[in-house]
Amino acid sequence: MELNRLSAHELMGLLDKGDISHVDICNSIIDSIDKKDKSLNAIVNFDKGKVLERANAQKGLPVFIKDNICVKDELTTCSSNILKGFRPPYNATVIEKLLNRNAILMGKTNMDEFAFGSSTETSCYGTTKNPWDLERIPGGSSGGSAACVAADEAIWALGSDTGGSVRQPAGLCGVVGLKPTYGRVSRYGLIAFASSLDQIGTLTKDTEDAAILLKIISGHDPMDSTSVDRPVPDYAKLIKKDIKGLKLGIPKEYFIEGMDKEVKQSVLDAIKKLESLGAACENISLPHTEYAVAVYYLVATAEASSNLARFDGVQYGLRSSQAKGVIDMHKKTRGEGFGDEAKRRIILGAFALSSGYYDAYYLRALKVRTLIKKDFEDAFKKYDAIITPTSPTPAFKIGEKTEDPLTMYLCDIFTISANLAGIPGVSMPCGFTKSNLPVGLQILGKAFDEETILRIAYNYEQGTEWSKRKPGI
Amino acid sequence: MSINKDTVKYTAALGRIELSEKEIEHFTGQLDKILDYVHKLKKVDVSKLAPTSHVLEMKNVYRDDKVKPSLPVDEVMKNAPARERNLFKVGKIIE
Repeated sequence: MELNRLSAHELMGLLDKGDISHVDICNSIIDSIDKKDKSLNAIVNFDKGKVLERANAQKGLPVFIKDNICVKDELTTCSSNILKGFRPPYNATVIEKLLNRNAILMGKTNMDEFAFGSSTETSCYGTTKNPWDLERIPGGSSGGSAACVAADEAIWALGSDTGGSVRQPAGLCGVVGLKPTYGRVSRYGLIAFASSLDQIGTLTKDTEDAAILLKIISGHDPMDSTSVDRPVPDYAKLIKKDIKGLKLGIPKEYFIEGMDKEVKQSVLDAIKKLESLGAACENISLPHTEYAVAVYYLVATAEASSNLARFDGVQYGLRSSQAKGVIDMHKKTRGEGFGDEAKRRIILGAFALSSGYYDAYYLRALKVRTLIKKDFEDAFKKYDAIITPTSPTPAFKIGEKTEDPLTMYLCDIFTISANLAGIPGVSMPCGFTKSNLPVGLQILGKAFDEETILRIAYNYEQGTEWSKRKPGI
Repeated sequence: MSINKDTVKYTAALGRIELSEKEIEHFTGQLDKILDYVHKLKKVDVSKLAPTSHVLEMKNVYRDDKVKPSLPVDEVMKNAPARERNLFKVGKIIE
């Protein structure tokens, strides 16, 4: 039996019966990485010896971590040259929570530099490949986490989602990607991109695993004042209830002209399936959707330009050796250390915040954000969840969009609004194109109602075979 | 034209990033296109709207003013590119 191909809850069952050991699972993962990761490049920091040591000491499941989440004494670089060699002196809260459950930390996964991207192409370690087609991108920014779970190089993984960075790669790689409500999971130790939007999320092989992992990482943390003190339900138990009588909204703004026909058809078929399972689906409107990308790329870059000020060559990471004086050192360090997309976003954000432009760009964007949030509040008065495609197209070719940042930004058109409104969303496979590329279905829910969206996902998954398909790699 | 080379240079200096002439040229065109796109926000009447800078309805979050253990200095300093005693060492600040 190839243990690496199983889900976490299946493995837990086998472990309970005593049929297998934790070391067996780790060995099976290591074999899979040895075989596949040269072609995938999903994993950026992996020490076989250390992993086996941990597997012998700890009786838990192996987990991979996106490279922007701090793990004590382990390389944590946000896939950026400016953080090369950085080893955090402390663990992120999610890491502490995983270790409390004896999780075996396997290593770090590739990502777009500082999570700036939708394709994992901006990584200083090079692009991760999509396991379904090695000439295509896996999505991003958590492309490494999504690809390693899809290719069975991992049982499950953590990612982070600022504008779709868990859901979009999950959709394009055919796995389940969950972005929890803003405040559900502590951000302490997640290297900040846009603090009002960032949230740590999960990449798993099925919905039950998403429910289990969410419960492990959720909860209030005194180290993150934006984490919310609310009880954490037993998601894995609650999602198994049927979905008869649930009211689902289908927003017309998410079925746009120019979207891929096969993607559209798969999502429409999924909606029919949900109706056959007893949900009532109705067409709705989220009228300010067309402004989401514009709002996001002002708000997110403004916050990023401020958050990334800390990478100045003083306390950690790269320091330019060419500099004269301290200001020149900052400029040269940042000029040498940041990649193109990071530079573009810092400049765009600093521009939107700068004197003379603040009102016209940043403040206006925050005001339109109010309308986007209100669209969802209005819809959720009547509906239990909202169903959309995760992305307008399946995975695109490597290099196709790197020269035109705006077309890259538009990939996130369906995922961004959830972050602006702070609501939870999950992406799961709902079909495949003729060329065998996965299509993602997105389910958005009320704030702190992960339970309902996972319940819909679980019921859909039980009634279909999509989640069981594996790439040929 | 929403942004020109001088504004990109000025803004990069605000963000303390040294750019080559080639980068300035390249970014100006790309950022101009992005700003043209975000100008669609001008269509929205924002006169009666309050800004949303944060989605959670929380005000100030307080904690007790108690001293708790913190990270050892050596742990904190171990990633420093240059160190002298317990200080981060940098180049000359005052000319």
